[in-house]
Amino acid sequence: MFRYIIRRMLQFIPVFFGATFLLFALVFAVPGDPIQALAGEKPLDPTTKAVLDDRYNLDDPLFVQYGKYMGLLPQDEIEADPNSDVAGFAGVLQGEFGFSLTRRPVSDIMADAIPVTAKLGIMAFVFEIIIGVSAGVMAGLRRGSFMDNFVLLSTLAVIAIPVFVLGYAAQILFGVQLGWAPVNASGGSFNELILPALVLGAVSLAYIARLTRTSLHENLSADYVKTATAKGLPRKRVIGRHALRNSLIPVITYLGIDLGALMGGAIITEGIFNVPGIGREVFQAITRSDGAVVVGISTFLVLIFMISTLVVDVMYALLDPRIRYE
Amino acid sequence: MSDTTDTTPSTTFDHDTAREGSHAAERDFTPDGRPLPPKRDENLVSSVSAEQVTGEASLWSEGWRVLRRNPMFWVSAVIIVAMIIMALFPQAYLWFYNGDPNPDGVCTLSNSVNNPNAPNGGRPSTTNWFGFDIQGCDMYTKTIIGARISVFIGIIVTTFAVVIALIFGTLSGYYGKFLDTFITRLTDIWFAIPTILGGIVLLSVMGTRGMWQVAFVLTVFGWPSMLRLMRSQVISTKEEDFVMASRSLGASNMRLMVRHILPNGITPVIVYATIFIGSIITAEAALSFLGVGVALPAVSWGLMISQAQTRILQAPHLLFFPGMALAITVFGFLVMGDALRDAFDPKGR
Repeated sequence: MFRYIIRRMLQFIPVFFGATFLLFALVFAVPGDPIQALAGEKPLDPTTKAVLDDRYNLDDPLFVQYGKYMGLLPQDEIEADPNSDVAGFAGVLQGEFGFSLTRRPVSDIMADAIPVTAKLGIMAFVFEIIIGVSAGVMAGLRRGSFMDNFVLLSTLAVIAIPVFVLGYAAQILFGVQLGWAPVNASGGSFNELILPALVLGAVSLAYIARLTRTSLHENLSADYVKTATAKGLPRKRVIGRHALRNSLIPVITYLGIDLGALMGGAIITEGIFNVPGIGREVFQAITRSDGAVVVGISTFLVLIFMISTLVVDVMYALLDPRIRYE
Repeated sequence: MSDTTDTTPSTTFDHDTAREGSHAAERDFTPDGRPLPPKRDENLVSSVSAEQVTGEASLWSEGWRVLRRNPMFWVSAVIIVAMIIMALFPQAYLWFYNGDPNPDGVCTLSNSVNNPNAPNGGRPSTTNWFGFDIQGCDMYTKTIIGARISVFIGIIVTTFAVVIALIFGTLSGYYGKFLDTFITRLTDIWFAIPTILGGIVLLSVMGTRGMWQVAFVLTVFGWPSMLRLMRSQVISTKEEDFVMASRSLGASNMRLMVRHILPNGITPVIVYATIFIGSIITAEAALSFLGVGVALPAVSWGLMISQAQTRILQAPHLLFFPGMALAITVFGFLVMGDALRDAFDPKGR
């Protein structure tokens, strides 16, 4: 077990640097001169361009740029340049992600917004698990029943409807027409976040329901369930303690992978409901063309995603002994 | 998930089940198309009928027989064909429609939903089925034209992902050793970046964003899941008796891969590719909605919804029609994937 965890953590290191470098290199490879883009149509004075290139490290080779961005290499000393964006910029490993157009550190923006997004994400997760698993169990216990078909069709519909359509539809229906939920969640309180969390979790909820259904149905015909029934355990206990427990293992793995989708979804959901989280910051930064904020927060989200897959892998090994003996 | 996704218990399969290569088809997929780990199920019931054992042709015809009887297959087939025609020949949906006052693509601002004097206030009517948008463009025409980008991007990205998976997934799974380690590690790295997030980062720094740029970016971040599936299929198929038999008769590596392993391992990839088209269409719409997908003046469903944002409460038809078109298309591909899985997968029967 211990060896497995160590091995998994060591694997994390190349993936971490590989993925961040990949993103960096892809952005680097995009044609076009960012400094010229700043100046617009007007040709840029070569001296100004040289200064700007130096300020943003654009005159360095790709690997050096990456090293400086990650904080593996020290920044150049930029004397007498108080406006420098990189003056005092330590790097991603030091928890800094660059500066917004208004020269606010991206890490600062994130510090304010992360608690709200975390709250929204946790609420979405809880909804997913409670509603998704119960729907899956109801469908899985009786395959082919009305409930089963209902769950199958409704989850398919939810998966097919894009989250932004679902978000606006829920906002119009529950927020405006019925008045059950606040339309705007700019306060970030629990009540305000219920509807956004349901929208955010809807697609995953549908997948969890389908996954639980298939998994439970398969486990119900397994030998150990027959044994449990044969030795006279009440049905409730057979399902609850034996079948369901094993059926939830793939669901837990799914929750880990799902986090990546949840992050993309959070950008859209927070934008629609005006939730003051990091998703809304990205949403608004795209409209403002504030590249540093978009790239900075996205990089941060990719990091979170990597760490969470690591945690899930370890958890999975704890739950399912078959993994760690491979 | 490097250690969990690739473990297909190939040894637990008997010849006939594995020749259909079906166990991986049992996987479910997350919204952004990542395959879930295979269910660890040791009680595989192989319900292989006698006629299936007789040969490949009967296997496919058996699948077709099941497929034909599934009403969901026909529903999804109609949707998919309708959407592909809409993408290729939008005129097929427009020649009988007289609602658009400017069929040459010019929009009249006086028809805008913002103008109270517009025909029927810019809302849907018997002449203008889907109403007008903020720019005074006819929504029916726009919705039909918008199919092109969604469907094309879905198909282009999936084609590229399948080609990459076929070449590198097969080589990786077949030859193993250094090549396999290299490709697997590369996939691990790529897998750490969620498609939408990577798409946002890369597209937000791109100057021009047309259909090809978006398709390129979605391919760049979308291919790993397909490759993994192909690789694990090849690994489980290459150990089969019929491959061994052919090898002992002196068949070359190329012949083994192309004639024996691929035809027997490809079914789950086809199923997944169908679902993949749906998830790519969703991803394209989400990126366009966020403002980093295809840029104006392109017409795309995601872009239409994005433009409608400010007026959605007053004019819900701006959301409803492109949203429905998107949902129906994605639904079609998802259901088709499910139907194919049911038909070509003995475990599902």
